[in-house]
Amino acid sequence: MFDEMNGDAGALRQPYAGVARWIEKTGADALRLKTEEAEAIFRRIGITFAVYGEGGDPERLIPFDLIPRVFDAAEWRRLERGIKQRARALNAFLWDVYHRGEIMKAGIVPERLVYRNEAFLPEMVGFDPPGRVYSHIVGIDIVRTGERDFQVLEDNCRTPSGVSYMLETRTVMMRMFPELFKGASIDPVDDYPDLLRKTLEEVAPPACKSSNPICVVLTPGSLNSAYYEHSFLADRMGVELVEPQDLFVNEGRVWMRTTRGPQRVDVIYRRIDDDYLDPLTFRPDSVLGVAGLMQVYRTGGVTICSAPGAGVADDKAVYCYVPEMIRFYLGEQPILDNVPTWRCSEPDELAYVLSHLSELVVKEVHGSGGYGMLIGPKSTKEEIETYAKRIEAEPDDFIAQPTLELSTAPSIAGGGIAPRHVDLRPYCLVGQEMRLSPGGLTRVALREGSLVVNSSQGGGVKDTWVLSE
Amino acid sequence: MLSRAAENLFWMARHLERAEGAARLIAMGQRMTLIPGPSRDEWRSVASAAGAETVFEDRERISEADIVDKLVLSPDVPSSIRYCLNRARDNARAVRTGITMEMWEALNDGWRRLETLDNAAALRDLPSILDWVKTRASIFRGAAETSMLRTDGYYFLRAGGLIERADLTLRLLDVKYYVLLPETEIVGGGRDHHQWTSVLHATSASRAYHHVYRGDFSPWKISDFLILNPRFPRSVAFCYNELARYLELLAIAYGERKPCHMLVGEMVSRLADTEMGEIFATGLHEFTSEAIGHNARLSGAIHRAYHF
Repeated sequence: MFDEMNGDAGALRQPYAGVARWIEKTGADALRLKTEEAEAIFRRIGITFAVYGEGGDPERLIPFDLIPRVFDAAEWRRLERGIKQRARALNAFLWDVYHRGEIMKAGIVPERLVYRNEAFLPEMVGFDPPGRVYSHIVGIDIVRTGERDFQVLEDNCRTPSGVSYMLETRTVMMRMFPELFKGASIDPVDDYPDLLRKTLEEVAPPACKSSNPICVVLTPGSLNSAYYEHSFLADRMGVELVEPQDLFVNEGRVWMRTTRGPQRVDVIYRRIDDDYLDPLTFRPDSVLGVAGLMQVYRTGGVTICSAPGAGVADDKAVYCYVPEMIRFYLGEQPILDNVPTWRCSEPDELAYVLSHLSELVVKEVHGSGGYGMLIGPKSTKEEIETYAKRIEAEPDDFIAQPTLELSTAPSIAGGGIAPRHVDLRPYCLVGQEMRLSPGGLTRVALREGSLVVNSSQGGGVKDTWVLSE
Repeated sequence: MLSRAAENLFWMARHLERAEGAARLIAMGQRMTLIPGPSRDEWRSVASAAGAETVFEDRERISEADIVDKLVLSPDVPSSIRYCLNRARDNARAVRTGITMEMWEALNDGWRRLETLDNAAALRDLPSILDWVKTRASIFRGAAETSMLRTDGYYFLRAGGLIERADLTLRLLDVKYYVLLPETEIVGGGRDHHQWTSVLHATSASRAYHHVYRGDFSPWKISDFLILNPRFPRSVAFCYNELARYLELLAIAYGERKPCHMLVGEMVSRLADTEMGEIFATGLHEFTSEAIGHNARLSGAIHRAYHF
């Protein structure tokens, strides 16, 4: 098993030299105490993850692990190229899906996976979003299984969350351990909100004639689990945080209700699902949303980021074809591999999956957040049998992957410092150009042996360092 | 700014000021019950001043424990400390981008303590809890004063706080003069004196009052101080002068005067042109009721003017 600090063989890897010295000097006991201090800071600033309606404390803290995860410059250069390549291909795929569908005609991606996908929106067919960008923030979840082995676990093309933790963990680390940063030359990440704002401004709609487009962040409201992040991003970008009831449509444009009367809105970074954008188009029964928004969008009066219907590219069944997309649209070889994946929709592969369930991880095609999956090696016979019945009933809804030996990183756990499994979610921004903050969010499964890093399932976060050249 | 944001700032300050007002009222009630003599309606007068008389089952017999239950810990009595602090925090959550980190921390810090407080502990530590509430409000105002940009958001925040503060002073006076003083009581008696000084205590005014009136505790002068003195920060005149100033800043920022500007101007000139003798001639209660109504109309006019 590969460890980020100690490699395969237990020899300290060079990027971790500074961190290893720091751990040794500080000691596990002091680090545990510091963890409590960090939690107090998070709680006071209000960096919480809201979980309402489940009992217990409705405003939970994401567990924060103090020991950073480190990449050196060369590792990151390769990851960066691979991430940008993938984000380009996913956007090209979305444009194709809503136009001529060349990749389906070429027989590479099956039509039914796209046109019968719940995330596919007929309303988007033939429409050209500004810059042909559909997914403006692409979150790509990456796991590592060896020194040079990085694999993409899934893509998030709609509204990937967690970037506020990337920024806040860095702030808290610098506040608590200034000595750790001295002389370590770690690439800063704090310009992410500026880059995001530039990205949004670059995709202003045709109707916007101003060189200063008005951007807003659209949130479902303060009860949403990611509300802290919505307000954080609006604040750091210096734009308004609006709820659906703050917006209305008039004379082909979108307006927000202000104390001076209506003010025009050009670009909406929405953190609400497609279904709740516009009751006239999507859900007549919904009281949420902005009536008429889609019509304004389609006539170039406003830009919605990410574009409605972008979710068709991050479906777990479509995921299998991303390497093919890279070859098809870009004429390049994929820099980052996929995790090998069996599609239960194919009879041969289904048979293999059903006979190897105890070794595999099975996921629902449309699921997210680590819910509804089967981790074969950690499941009982009964659990596997029950799950097998679900797969047999709707094979199209499932994919399977080998149980990966995810890399581990030293973490404060189990009463001391112990290796825990980690992944990485970088956030690639796509406007007229592509921008990527060095690093991203490292998620860590703090329960011993656990492979589930999702924050809704007890996963924590780490500061992620990219060392300068 | 977003109308919803302005509304949340306005109400954030109102709710916090109201929580502080509840703390001051309860502290006043505690002080009044300390004077020897037959038990009176002190707690009832506190409930009445908080506008919450109807939430008590037996209004004739309200105990300190009842007050803690309804006016400190109740999650749904609109003038209780817990209710107001929760609402203020909801307002703040809804406009996280409109307030500074210092203001958010002032509201958020200690919130968990209030969440877990139970009746027995609250009754036992009541004075320290009331002090804690007043301190929170002070820290919040200080954080706003020293960290917030002087733009429309700040003006809405201040306007909300000032309207609520004027309201509390008016209610306190009303309760003292109308509820606490039965017909058989001799005006100017020991008990009366103690009650008036309790009103001054509740408004943090006793030392300031000494400086101005040198120990002459007549109802006339105390009312004059709390209504007409333009230099005392909890007096109605002070609150209205400040309200007029912040609404004027809004008018300048937006280049437009609204009906709320006329309403605030009416009250300011009325307070400037009136002497205490005139107020007492027509009746203090009549004056305070009218002023409380005016306050509510002004709040409504601000809502309408800025599309809340």
